Amino acid sequence: MNIVVCVKQIPDPADPGVLDPETKTLKRDVKLILDESDSYGVEMALQLLDGSDEGEVRLVSMAPNNEVGGLRTALAMGAASAVLVSDEALAGSDSLSTAKVLVEAIKRSEPTLILTATESSDGYTGTVPVQIAELLDLPSVTFAKEITINGDTVTVKRQTEDGYDEVECPLPCVVSVTAGVVEPRYPSFKGIMAAKNKPVEELDLAGLGIDASTVGWAGARQEITEVTEAAAREAGEIIVDEGDAHERIVAFLDDLKVL
Amino acid sequence: MGISTIWIYGEAANGSASSSTLELLTKARELADTVEVIVHGDAAALATELGAHGATSVQSIGDLTGGLAGPQIASAIAGAIAAGTGPDVVLCATTYDGRDIAGRLSAKLDAPVITNVVDLVADGDRLLGVEPVFGGVVNVTTGFTSDSTAIFLVRPKSFEASSTGSAAAAVGSLAAGNTGNTGTSLVKDRFVEETSGPKLDEAAVVVSGGRGLGEAEKYEMIESLAKLLKGAPGASRAVVDSGWVPYSYQVGQTGKVVKPTVYLACGISGATQHLVGMKGSANIIAINKDEEAPIFGVADLGIVGDVHKVLPKLIEALEARG
Repeated sequence: MNIVVCVKQIPDPADPGVLDPETKTLKRDVKLILDESDSYGVEMALQLLDGSDEGEVRLVSMAPNNEVGGLRTALAMGAASAVLVSDEALAGSDSLSTAKVLVEAIKRSEPTLILTATESSDGYTGTVPVQIAELLDLPSVTFAKEITINGDTVTVKRQTEDGYDEVECPLPCVVSVTAGVVEPRYPSFKGIMAAKNKPVEELDLAGLGIDASTVGWAGARQEITEVTEAAAREAGEIIVDEGDAHERIVAFLDDLKVL
Repeated sequence: MGISTIWIYGEAANGSASSSTLELLTKARELADTVEVIVHGDAAALATELGAHGATSVQSIGDLTGGLAGPQIASAIAGAIAAGTGPDVVLCATTYDGRDIAGRLSAKLDAPVITNVVDLVADGDRLLGVEPVFGGVVNVTTGFTSDSTAIFLVRPKSFEASSTGSAAAAVGSLAAGNTGNTGTSLVKDRFVEETSGPKLDEAAVVVSGGRGLGEAEKYEMIESLAKLLKGAPGASRAVVDSGWVPYSYQVGQTGKVVKPTVYLACGISGATQHLVGMKGSANIIAINKDEEAPIFGVADLGIVGDVHKVLPKLIEALEARG
């Protein structure tokens, strides 16, 4: 079985960037990296196929400017190949447009299982996984803590408000993987070298057969009406601990009558 | 003009509506004359509470019979829209099931969805969603330009729930749609992880730990402190991503929004990812080694110090008070 993992390449969250006052979009002139949220899905896929020589982990991604830096990271972890969709007309794409594009790219791999993160670290709409499932007419399980494959079904421990549900789902399906549930491997030197030669198929909208007017700004069918500064919170008192800071905290809590 | 009908996906546990459902109702009743809540299971049990918070009616699609809410609720709503009896606006809270429903419905209707909304504003006959970006420093207001049903995903704690004491909501049913292949996931078992103390998003005191704790074992200090303060333990994304605590502990952009009376941030630097989830707290105490840490920009009381020194003394002092 082949597993497709949808991954996003994002600006380094440590360097958050700015909103372009003209276009009201994020300025992304920085180098893109693999969204850490996606490293859990990549790791989960590699673990699920571990020891199996039938099937491979394939990546699907959409990015401006044919960026591949983040994809190389996931390939170095062990994914076999990647499909990258880049097209100028994708600028301004909302979550549904993103899902439409990823779906066309996913179809090329005919995967048994499609893994995603629960949300990206930059856009964090959290709707793309189920939008992909709906467009492919597939069942889905979101917020997986654990995935077990049993023949033609998967059993997923799905995070809930007060614990987890054990959900059984027939394959093929879409599962979103919660951050922190597996420990993503560090790419080895060998992996990094091998990743340089792994296939990355680069496609544009025409190559996927997608009408450019259904995605990007046109497809989003939304307009930003206002951008305002949020009310700033006033900073309070800052003290340096001289061994008695705990007393200050107790006094603060006493004043609020929470003790 | 204005908005005529809003539908809200209603979540409930043990016969009472979730706080995020009541928050959405409280806001929606200001915006539309007809506010209907779509639920699964027993609608009658919720009618009084939902009516008191502004619901005109509560309509159940019936029992999920082991299926997931996402495809079933989305199909039912899409069915009503196709039949011409649907709403102008659909509101879901940003919860596990709320996101499934909004995402599925969006794809079914080929309609965009505005997410991470913290405020809703009427603009003639449409609704605008306000979304915080850059950790809540900037608010972006967005509206739909198409005529399709407007779908919004609203973050919990965006509004304060209040009762008007209105009469019980009318109880009705909504035809379940045909979920076909999308509805084939089945819940086989449910596991409740017992926690003592209040829930993270309802607690009056939240004590959160971050990377500054250094190692997983040190998170015990956070749990002890939360217990002593009758609060809930929380965590930064770094701690959750490292697998020290489950995702349900996470406070921030990709986790829960909390607004307790007191938020105690221990060893948390205050990345924008975290700030967006806690800066609405009434009072914030922060302990961090780095005096330049952004968390001090929102703290009412900031302690520049080592959590490994301050926390044991704080725990001891609170224990001594009994």
